[in-house]
Amino acid sequence: MRLIKHKTTINFLGKTRRKIALAISLLVVVVSLVEVATRGLEFGIDFTGGILLEVGYSQAADLESIRGNLADAGFSDAQVQLFGAETDVLVRLAPQDGNAQEIRNRLQATLTAGGDSIDLRRVEFVSPQVGEELAEQGGLAMIFTLLMIFAYVMFRFQWKFALGAVAALAHDVIVTIGFFAIFRLPFDLTVVAAVLAVIGYSLNDTVVAFDRIRENFFKLRGISAEDSMNTSINEMLARTLITGVTTLLVLTALLVFGGESIAPFSIALIVGIIVGTYSSIYTASATALLLGVNAQDLLEPVKDPDLIDDLP
Amino acid sequence: MLVLVFLLTGLLLALPNVYGTAPAVQIVDGDGIAFTEERVEDFVRTVENGGISPEAAYLVDGRVVIRLASIAEQQQAEARLRDQYARVASIAMTQAPKLPDWVRNLGLNPMSLGLDLRGGVYVLLEVDMETAIESRMAAYQQDFDERLRDARIRHRVDLVDNQITIRLTKVEDTETARTIIRDADPDVLIADGTDGKSLFVRMTDVQVKARQDFAIEQNITTLRNRVNELGVAEALVQRQGTDRIVVQLPGVQDPTRLNEIITATATIEFRLVDLAGDQPGTREYRGRPGIQSQKLRRDVIASGDQIVNAESGFSEGQPAVFINLDSAGGERMLATTRDNVGKPMSTVFIETKRESVTRNGVTEYHKIKTEEIINTATIRGVFKDRFQTTGLNPAEARDLALLLRAGALAAPVYKVDERTIGPNLGQDNIDRGFRAVQIGFLAVIVFMAVYYRWFGMIANIALLSNLVFIAALLSLLQASLTLPGIAGIVLTVGMAVDANVLIFERIREELAAGSTPQIAIHSGYEKALSSIADANITTLIAAIVLFAFGTGPIKGFAITLSLGIITSMFTAIVGTRSIVNLVFGGRKLTSVPV
Repeated sequence: MRLIKHKTTINFLGKTRRKIALAISLLVVVVSLVEVATRGLEFGIDFTGGILLEVGYSQAADLESIRGNLADAGFSDAQVQLFGAETDVLVRLAPQDGNAQEIRNRLQATLTAGGDSIDLRRVEFVSPQVGEELAEQGGLAMIFTLLMIFAYVMFRFQWKFALGAVAALAHDVIVTIGFFAIFRLPFDLTVVAAVLAVIGYSLNDTVVAFDRIRENFFKLRGISAEDSMNTSINEMLARTLITGVTTLLVLTALLVFGGESIAPFSIALIVGIIVGTYSSIYTASATALLLGVNAQDLLEPVKDPDLIDDLP
Repeated sequence: MLVLVFLLTGLLLALPNVYGTAPAVQIVDGDGIAFTEERVEDFVRTVENGGISPEAAYLVDGRVVIRLASIAEQQQAEARLRDQYARVASIAMTQAPKLPDWVRNLGLNPMSLGLDLRGGVYVLLEVDMETAIESRMAAYQQDFDERLRDARIRHRVDLVDNQITIRLTKVEDTETARTIIRDADPDVLIADGTDGKSLFVRMTDVQVKARQDFAIEQNITTLRNRVNELGVAEALVQRQGTDRIVVQLPGVQDPTRLNEIITATATIEFRLVDLAGDQPGTREYRGRPGIQSQKLRRDVIASGDQIVNAESGFSEGQPAVFINLDSAGGERMLATTRDNVGKPMSTVFIETKRESVTRNGVTEYHKIKTEEIINTATIRGVFKDRFQTTGLNPAEARDLALLLRAGALAAPVYKVDERTIGPNLGQDNIDRGFRAVQIGFLAVIVFMAVYYRWFGMIANIALLSNLVFIAALLSLLQASLTLPGIAGIVLTVGMAVDANVLIFERIREELAAGSTPQIAIHSGYEKALSSIADANITTLIAAIVLFAFGTGPIKGFAITLSLGIITSMFTAIVGTRSIVNLVFGGRKLTSVPV
């Protein structure tokens, strides 16, 4: 079976298309940045600090009365919402003053006030200080990953490719995070992990394309860098799409069956992989072209003339 | 052949995971000494005398594990064991894998599950380093004071901002004082005052660092003891960074009592009452309700860290704590009581708590230290290292005895992060995670079989063995599997076929270019190799950074992702190649089913 016909000749990187693609990418990146800057992210308590309770009721929960009870007990800032099921409730609170143990007891008493028997499924107390550190670590991890990858691609290819790859990755990271800002999705520690995995995946795609580009730069001498890159991307199209499909298949399974707490993680990966697939076709190669990449860039100086006979 | 050996090893290592777990009781020696086989029989006999027959009983790293058929039997067995051995061993209920003897004898274990899968309490504690330094300086102050007094040098010693100021009355005493301080500690920094008869003493940076390390290590030991006292199996107490300690208590459902015990700083000190109230450093201590306040002398006769054993009980109908001091504390107590018969001595109960106050979005922490006299008694006779103290309620006496027994914290700890996962959520997470793996796996398998036909089936065999290898490595490394870890496995399942997709697409290209089937297969594998390597190394970079920066849940994801990438390289390249060679090798092929 084939998803696409054997020899596609889609002109991905034609002058105008390339520009349109770059313009779209740039627009989406700017929108994402503006969204994140103005509206911000729905940071989870991993980053803000605070209190989170996941409570299982024996019957469908009455959110209004829970809110009321909490407000009466002095927790007026509590966010109460259903979590995956009618009987499952998530309560979020900003960091509270005073002794943590007392607060915990008071909360537990309030939630059982209506005589309901509850299953305290999860209770998290995170101090704002730890939240700040986690946010800092997450940011550092992203920057560090991008740097390491830049170094690796530079070592394996050349700086124009490295810059193209990192531009594509930054694009993926920004757009994925922007998606979370636009749709007000909860942004927690697992989302940071997902974004880093997106970096790995998207780069995987980009590098495979670069690999073929390098091969074709040597094989198809005499044609322009643009044509040779186009051919390479077309040749790798089937693989890019199939790997994308299998990965999206498992992630959809994770989103549907993995439960509510892992949902933001799955969404981040699904968005990231779609964006990453697009960016490894357009952003990465288009940026490299923009930087004027050509076959000479990849020619390594010949070290030992005798060895040439051994090359295929 | 080698592939087969690997696969069989993988299957063997992954095998322990299929047996499931059963309720069990774990017994650990109170002094941390490994149990012997004979002791196992003792424990089993105790359980059997209660009419319960254990399913299995064996030693693991010097701990005894007794596996039982039901939770009811587990509770009965635990109660019986506790009755008989609670004084010498710590007894905890736990879950043990139902491994057949031969598997266990090979030293194989199932994967260990993270807290989010098995339920439990995670606490991140911060060690109060300031107090650690302050208490060390206070000890120096007392030591210098005594030594100067013994040398009959007139002086005053003050402690302000971690600096000790020694003021002498005579200039000619300065050198003697300096020598005395040097004798006490050759490393401290000594500076001269401008008046020629005062000295300033500080700790060096190295000493401060050493003191902090000591405080952390001492706290970890103490916390381990406390957790053992409470009977939590497989508890983890670990240092994190420079001033943090992670405590993980699997299976614990209500953290209330644990919290009290873990962060408790309760300790006691014994001081003489300063009847005249004119001694240097004497100050007023408040009494508990019903106990009179007293002026107590600065010198501590003995404090919590010199107590080697403590038991709670009753003395003349009152709750009491029976105390054993170490030899140094005993000597001091002996000397003090000998010189002060007929004079009163007080027991001070000290607790430190921290409360947070948020003002204008800035959270500040306030330390609240309570020092209360719980009793004052007249020294009736000379005593040394064994005595008792009263003045607490029964629960306080019990907790204080536990805390003194487990050792004092070298510095107070404060909770900065606490996460409790209920057992139901844990089980739900396991069920959901594994369903996601199953369905995702099934979807990929069907897709590959339809898309690449026979070669797709070969890739599927590789994918299945990849899962076996991940399970095997996780079991071997005993790395905790978490929910994000399962997500990592799911992601690996999706991405692992990539290598095969690269190879198969390449074979198709070669065929289309007119290569013969065997050559197409050969060069398909050959030429795809560098792409596969590049692609996987870059993902591995991301996974390793995740591991380095990540904590808790993120680490779990990084571990399974990295393991999955490594094993998938092996199964997708070497594994499928050997199957392809086995099936299609050495034959003349007219077409390739790819």
